[in-house]
Amino acid sequence: MKNRFNLGYFLREGFGSIFTHGLMSFAAVCMIVACLLIMGSFALLAINAERMLSQAEDDNEFLAIIEETYTDQQIAQLQAQVSQVDNVLSVTFITREQAKEDYLGEHADEGLYAEISDEVFRDRLSIHVEDLEQFDQTVAAVEALPGVVNIRAMGELARGFVTVRNVAAALATALVVILAAVSLFIISNTIRLATFTRREEIAIMKMCGATDGFVRWPFVFEGLMLGLAGALVAFLAQWGIYTAVYRMVEVNGAMGMFPLMRFGAIGWPVLGIFLLSGALIGACGSGLAIRRFLQV
Amino acid sequence: MIRLMDVCKEYDNGTKALNGVNLRIDDGEFVFLVGPSGSGKSTIIKLLTAEVASTSGRVMVNGYNLNNIRRWQVPYMRRTLGVIFQDFRLIEKKTVRGNLEFVMRIIGATPREMRRRIPYVLDLVGLGDKAEVYPNQMSGGEQQRVAIARALINNPEMIIADEPTGNLDPQRSLEIMTLLERINSMGTTMLVVTHEKELVNRFSKRVVAIQDGTLISDERGGYYQYEKSV
Repeated sequence: MKNRFNLGYFLREGFGSIFTHGLMSFAAVCMIVACLLIMGSFALLAINAERMLSQAEDDNEFLAIIEETYTDQQIAQLQAQVSQVDNVLSVTFITREQAKEDYLGEHADEGLYAEISDEVFRDRLSIHVEDLEQFDQTVAAVEALPGVVNIRAMGELARGFVTVRNVAAALATALVVILAAVSLFIISNTIRLATFTRREEIAIMKMCGATDGFVRWPFVFEGLMLGLAGALVAFLAQWGIYTAVYRMVEVNGAMGMFPLMRFGAIGWPVLGIFLLSGALIGACGSGLAIRRFLQV
Repeated sequence: MIRLMDVCKEYDNGTKALNGVNLRIDDGEFVFLVGPSGSGKSTIIKLLTAEVASTSGRVMVNGYNLNNIRRWQVPYMRRTLGVIFQDFRLIEKKTVRGNLEFVMRIIGATPREMRRRIPYVLDLVGLGDKAEVYPNQMSGGEQQRVAIARALINNPEMIIADEPTGNLDPQRSLEIMTLLERINSMGTTMLVVTHEKELVNRFSKRVVAIQDGTLISDERGGYYQYEKSV
């Protein structure tokens, strides 16, 4: 008789074992849920920070105020010089009249500025940068050019986004590794306890000529099912938590500053990653747990 | 067929369990392996089932050389053996049929093969009407018959019985030994480890006696040679 991969049998055995060791199974699912939830939350934070950073980069600019005595020709030369600076995406010349109009447009309700003179404003270059991480270096390079008397930049905001993104990404990566290891350890121990109660059965199987694979598969499927169940619960919880945060930001009118992504836009990838992670953690944890009991 | 050639076994803790054992059991033989506790009987069984490896010497079981057997080959070697334990080692949560199906499934038997083979083997051990009964609803003798049925179910070349009557009263012991003799008469090689002097004498088979890791006698058609030797 040849070895057959009896999927139905392995699934039945694995499924049955989940309920035979109900409490252990519950503990394993809870651990997977907790780990995936923490991992997922940080990953979503990193994704949103990255998105905000991209948006900030899209309209990120600083102003270079031009020496008052500069002629149109000198300004054109300066504009050309600025556009040669590394990380500069585009340079736009803004006359003092346009600057005044823009200013008044931004402060339309404040009648105090209605009579303000053009002379208060200066000609300027509006400079868009490509990479926010090099924002400070770009500002310094432009500031060093002759003809630039002052710089107006929102560097703090840019640096803030970069910091949030980098910290969230680093945390998410570290947590993925740490929590995956913790989950693996816990599910491995959970299944090991379940396996311990069945060691006699395993010993009989081995003595009757069962291959390692035949003994291992039901446990692997058990872990797999626990992992998938945990992933599904974690996904639903993540959905709920994210939606609540999204609504809170929306209600507080902070969406302009923190434009969060809708969960619908990232739901499927999150579900896929959760299921894959849960399945891997469950199956690998079980595979590791059973190893010791196969040495018969 | 079994061949042990100058086999020594020393465990990691320094215990010398076997000391140059030579033994040959041909196909179809019925052999009693006797000896006091700690004499090395269990070590011989563990060597034959590849639970442990010999320190030196050669071990051959049903065509497998256990000295250089690969890990993946061990299950296939074990399928040529049926093992019976003193404490039966049945799975309590499975019925008699479940216990036998469980073992047949290991070798990839189809449901049809199971339906055909299980009633035959249960009839052979006298439990034709107990297929749906759980082990804890049976007597010790019946449980040992289930264990024999399990050892037989995959049609092994050889059965190794480790104290099969150790937990049974004399009458049940006699029944079990008679059953093993009957199975042997159908062509299955039988190696029975036992302390039961009366049974050994009664069945008058080949008796191999071991003491302190050394074979001290090997008599065909003999009685409990161990006692005679010491």
